[in-house]
Amino acid sequence: MREYLDYIIETIVFICGMLSIVFVVLIFSFLLKEGLSFFKDFSFVKFITNQFWYPSSTPLSFGILSLICGSVLVTLGACLIAVPIGVMSALFIAEIAPKGVRDILKSLVELMTAIPSVVIGFVGMVTVVPLVKNIFNLPTGLSAFSGSIMLGFMAMPTIVTISEDAIRSIPWQYKEGALALGATKWQALRRIILKAAMPGIIAAIMLGIGRVIGETMAVMMITGNAAHVPHSIFDPIRTMTATIAAEMGETVRGGVHYKSLFAIGLVLFLITFVVNFVADLFLGKNKNL
Amino acid sequence: MIRLSPKLSQKLSYILLFMATILAIVPVLVIMFLIVKNGASAISWEFLTSMPKDGMRSGGILPAIVGTFAIVMCAVVITLPIGVCAAIYLNEYAKDNFLTRVIKLAIVNLAGIPSVVYGLFGLGIFVMFFKLGVSIIAGALTLSIMELPVIITTSRNALNSVPKSFREASLSLGVSRWQTIRHIVLPNALPGILTGTILSIARISGETAPILFTAAAFYVPHLPKSIFDQVMALPYHLYIISTQIPNMPKNIIYGTALVLMMMVLSISFVAIFARVYFRKHRKW
Repeated sequence: MREYLDYIIETIVFICGMLSIVFVVLIFSFLLKEGLSFFKDFSFVKFITNQFWYPSSTPLSFGILSLICGSVLVTLGACLIAVPIGVMSALFIAEIAPKGVRDILKSLVELMTAIPSVVIGFVGMVTVVPLVKNIFNLPTGLSAFSGSIMLGFMAMPTIVTISEDAIRSIPWQYKEGALALGATKWQALRRIILKAAMPGIIAAIMLGIGRVIGETMAVMMITGNAAHVPHSIFDPIRTMTATIAAEMGETVRGGVHYKSLFAIGLVLFLITFVVNFVADLFLGKNKNL
Repeated sequence: MIRLSPKLSQKLSYILLFMATILAIVPVLVIMFLIVKNGASAISWEFLTSMPKDGMRSGGILPAIVGTFAIVMCAVVITLPIGVCAAIYLNEYAKDNFLTRVIKLAIVNLAGIPSVVYGLFGLGIFVMFFKLGVSIIAGALTLSIMELPVIITTSRNALNSVPKSFREASLSLGVSRWQTIRHIVLPNALPGILTGTILSIARISGETAPILFTAAAFYVPHLPKSIFDQVMALPYHLYIISTQIPNMPKNIIYGTALVLMMMVLSISFVAIFARVYFRKHRKW
């Protein structure tokens, strides 16, 4: 009887364990199914290389190049802000800050993750957007630049936390060795610790990028939603995520427009899959140290 | 080029790193300050307990609070048992083989899928295929899949932190594997699992994109009666009133943002205090 129960439990627990795989496969195949039925009528190459996104006017045109450009531009901008600041504060928190304040600093950085992205979007709309408009004398502050600033700060906790873990996981002998040779603490940090922690830091950056590419609400509220290829970072843009969120409500269920949004979802899924996979590889590298 | 002495360059770099840290922390404090300062005046008992009026421009936000509460609670009820079972499998039963590595990879990728893609998936499968319609249950199912990796990871860490000797002592007395897990491992891991669950409740309360096409409605004049009803949700409501409605009084937007933020933050703080408390009272 007891063995019987053990067997049943083991089976249930095993099925639950397998569910993660089931869900990933299910999500992928679902996007693929809808996406493929879209690509039957519209070529995939044209989909990603055409810049005109006119999903409901005649003639129809489904090109997401401008949306890809929008996503890439915002992500690059966010990285330019989040990576230097994030890695530097990770170094500070891990190696320089006194032990007592270390956890407080880290919690304060992580506080950002507890703020819902609509709230961040709203605050960006009423603060950063008018500020950017006035400082740079633009017709509108709703731009890739404003989006980059807010998204940069949203990616910060991911980058700081994971980089900090990577820096702290470096064996102390590395630093002691350098110090014993007469290096200053800063030289040891910069030349030894930072280099040794690099795989973990790269993983942190990749995960930060994954977060920025997938971000939807804040980006939709701040970047202006103009589907065209941007000429500068001060142009209004539109990302892939914002397109899905903004247009799904007005589509006919099962129609071409509906399917085209699933096709965008499929592209997004593939991008984040690769980004997370690479991040995971680098994280694994760090552990073998 | 001027070469700085090592001592001086160390000092300068430390100052730079310190300023970067300040820069990483200040924005979140500014955001919180702005919302509290401008939103506090809108908060009243009436604001929290009455229906919106005049096309949302006055009145309260009760249906949005109730809706969010309903969706989140349903999602947790669905995801918690599955997540904990999966964690038990990974930590107690799984061998280090190919299948386990695939499961771990799946969890990592599930955690990385953009929230709006979950929304698409939920729309396609729960709303359309299973014909649940735009409803609390469709939104909750969508959110529960999204939260699964978080629950699995935190529960697994909690199970992992229970010392191996506990299990061995129990097994050596002839107790079966499941009984060991049920009576020894799970009770000791419970605090950790609870903390992780509370944190994930905080996180999904603020999510908008996954419920955008699966559960949320622009305006519903009554409170939900069953899990198959469409509801208003706090994050979606904030999105609507801050972007879609012209001449919206600013203090109501700030007030709604404040309620949402305080809801998420207070749930998170409960989790953090619980963690500190349980760490202090741990038996090992």
